[in-house]
Amino acid sequence: MKTRDEIAQALAACGYIADGELATAVSLMQLLKRPLLLEGEAGVGKTEVAKALAAVHGSELIRLQCYEGLDQSAALYEWNYQRQLLSIQAHRGVDADAIEDQIFSEKYLLERPLLAAIRRNKPPVLLIDEIDRADDEFEAFLLELLSDFQVSIPELGTIRATTIPHVVLTSNGTRELSDALRRRCLYHYVDYPDVDREARIIMTRIDGASASLALQIARMVEGVRKEELRKVPGVAETLDWAAALVGIGVKDLHESPEAVHETLMCLVKTHEDKSRLRREVSERLLGRVA
Amino acid sequence: MKGCIPAPHREEIDEVSRLVSARLAAFLKTLRNSGFAVGLQEGRDAVALMQAGYAEAPGVLRSAFKHLFSARKSDWDRFDGLFDAFWLGKRARSRSQMSGSAKSANSPSLKSLADHGSQRPAGETATDSIPSADDDTAENRAGEGRKEGASRAENLAEIDFRKMADPDQIEQAHEVAARLARTMRTRLTRRDLARRRGYRLDLRRTIHGNISHGGVPISLVKRQRKEKPLRLVMLLDASGSMSMYTGVFLRFIHGVLDEFREAEAFLFHTRLAYVSDAMKEKDAGRALDRLSIMAQGTGGGTRIGESLQTFNRWHAARVLHSRSCVMIVSDGYETGDAKLLGREMAALAKRCRRIVWLNPMMAWEGYAPEAAGIKAALPHIDLYAPANTLKSLTELEPYLAKL
Repeated sequence: MKTRDEIAQALAACGYIADGELATAVSLMQLLKRPLLLEGEAGVGKTEVAKALAAVHGSELIRLQCYEGLDQSAALYEWNYQRQLLSIQAHRGVDADAIEDQIFSEKYLLERPLLAAIRRNKPPVLLIDEIDRADDEFEAFLLELLSDFQVSIPELGTIRATTIPHVVLTSNGTRELSDALRRRCLYHYVDYPDVDREARIIMTRIDGASASLALQIARMVEGVRKEELRKVPGVAETLDWAAALVGIGVKDLHESPEAVHETLMCLVKTHEDKSRLRREVSERLLGRVA
Repeated sequence: MKGCIPAPHREEIDEVSRLVSARLAAFLKTLRNSGFAVGLQEGRDAVALMQAGYAEAPGVLRSAFKHLFSARKSDWDRFDGLFDAFWLGKRARSRSQMSGSAKSANSPSLKSLADHGSQRPAGETATDSIPSADDDTAENRAGEGRKEGASRAENLAEIDFRKMADPDQIEQAHEVAARLARTMRTRLTRRDLARRRGYRLDLRRTIHGNISHGGVPISLVKRQRKEKPLRLVMLLDASGSMSMYTGVFLRFIHGVLDEFREAEAFLFHTRLAYVSDAMKEKDAGRALDRLSIMAQGTGGGTRIGESLQTFNRWHAARVLHSRSCVMIVSDGYETGDAKLLGREMAALAKRCRRIVWLNPMMAWEGYAPEAAGIKAALPHIDLYAPANTLKSLTELEPYLAKL
């Protein structure tokens, strides 16, 4: 088992700047073998946690994007119908039972993310993204899978997990999750990073961003987040903006207030917010950035 | 982890672990009382944590426990205060922290209320926002059987809520309101069933069913999309001017939350309170007790606009989707800024499918929607209806079913 500091360093080496608490959460995941539920506003880097985790473990990342109406055939397994039909045609005249045995064998099984995750040799990282978009039924089914790590396929029998994957669930809070699922998981709330951490994230991710520029950008974004906006910019938006500024050759925000104002569209995504961040506002915010 | 800790510290940590384990049960009880969903498994995992050396520093242990015991954002925010208060004895700090959040500050009294059940003395929880009649009903409930009959209920349906004075009548009105909520739910579901028509081919079942035909798909198996139930989001005005109606509507909301698969409820007066969790108590009397604490307002007026703003800002994204109906029960007497109300109603209308505004005063003789608040809100409302009798509530049902 790795210590929290080692985990934080390993995550940083993979491009994810974690706070101390997230490192604790990751170490607990390994110790208690529980899934990790990440909640937080859109764009704070929840999905990135799973990607970085996969990089740290050097294992595969299997991702299941949830959506309304997600069912077993898209999440767990599906039979390969085309092949089954062909096979039935090709074996015309053979005993029906024999055909049935054949077409419902593993050869004709298409694995979907959840089944794939429990059948790997090395434990992969299973990212169940935006679980709040799936419906209650799927949540209940997932709960069963996460506690037993086995899947029963009526035509084939029960498939047991060869390895227990590292499971990360993310939720944007569009729907309240069931208490049972919440209890099953370790909980971590991902907040917007503070200025220092955001500056470090910018420096890690954007080539050519100097320390002073990164700090300025982070302070500016902090100011923008405090404005009354419909959509508060997340880390992803900050990175977009930093990339844009670096791309057009800005070295210091104070030297080019024009460019700053014009590129602010990387941060705000609705017309309403755009009109709220008028020139005076952006200049006022810029004035506060030391 | 074990490798990196110098030997002399190891014993200290063991000592800390021993002390923490000894009081762990008490800590878990504190958490449960504060509304955390903590079970036996979490307790076992906590012991496992300490054995793995997480007790080396309070900060580390707190962080580890926080991940383990929290299940939602509200838990997450409160945990540090609770932990410090329990283990580090930082009473002053934690108290000042906790007083900020209504729920945790109330939790001890909530607990004691729940223990007393419905037999607590009348008036103990009486506030300006819950009519005192409620207390009577809670008292009477224990002693009496149900007297209602079809005809009685029919009569009651036509009486304005504010003219009901007899506790028996009020109790019955509450029962009818709860039953009404139930029937609405079943009718809405039945409507889903009647609509069944498959439009997608279920290949899996088709192939399975046609093996005997040599795989030629003769009999097709189809699938139909499942109709998702309507989500009802209710915002109830609990201000002084509405006090004669809040009791019945609280009971109605309780019934709806109990029976609808997807429903959420909020109370507002000068501020907004999320009450779904408190209302999910099966026993109606108890739920109302819990609510009367949360509803403690000033009685000084209604800030509908501000409450809606809070709702739009913090709750709408989670609570509303495209099949949501928002039901606002209020008299529309806005003491805040009517313009703000108009703006927030517009924002709300964009987010949901329908807005129903129920105004109990509307049926009063000579009432015209002239209050600035209701005037500002009217353009965004899909249905503006009176709701001062059970009958008028019943009349809403077909409308809700059409959503």
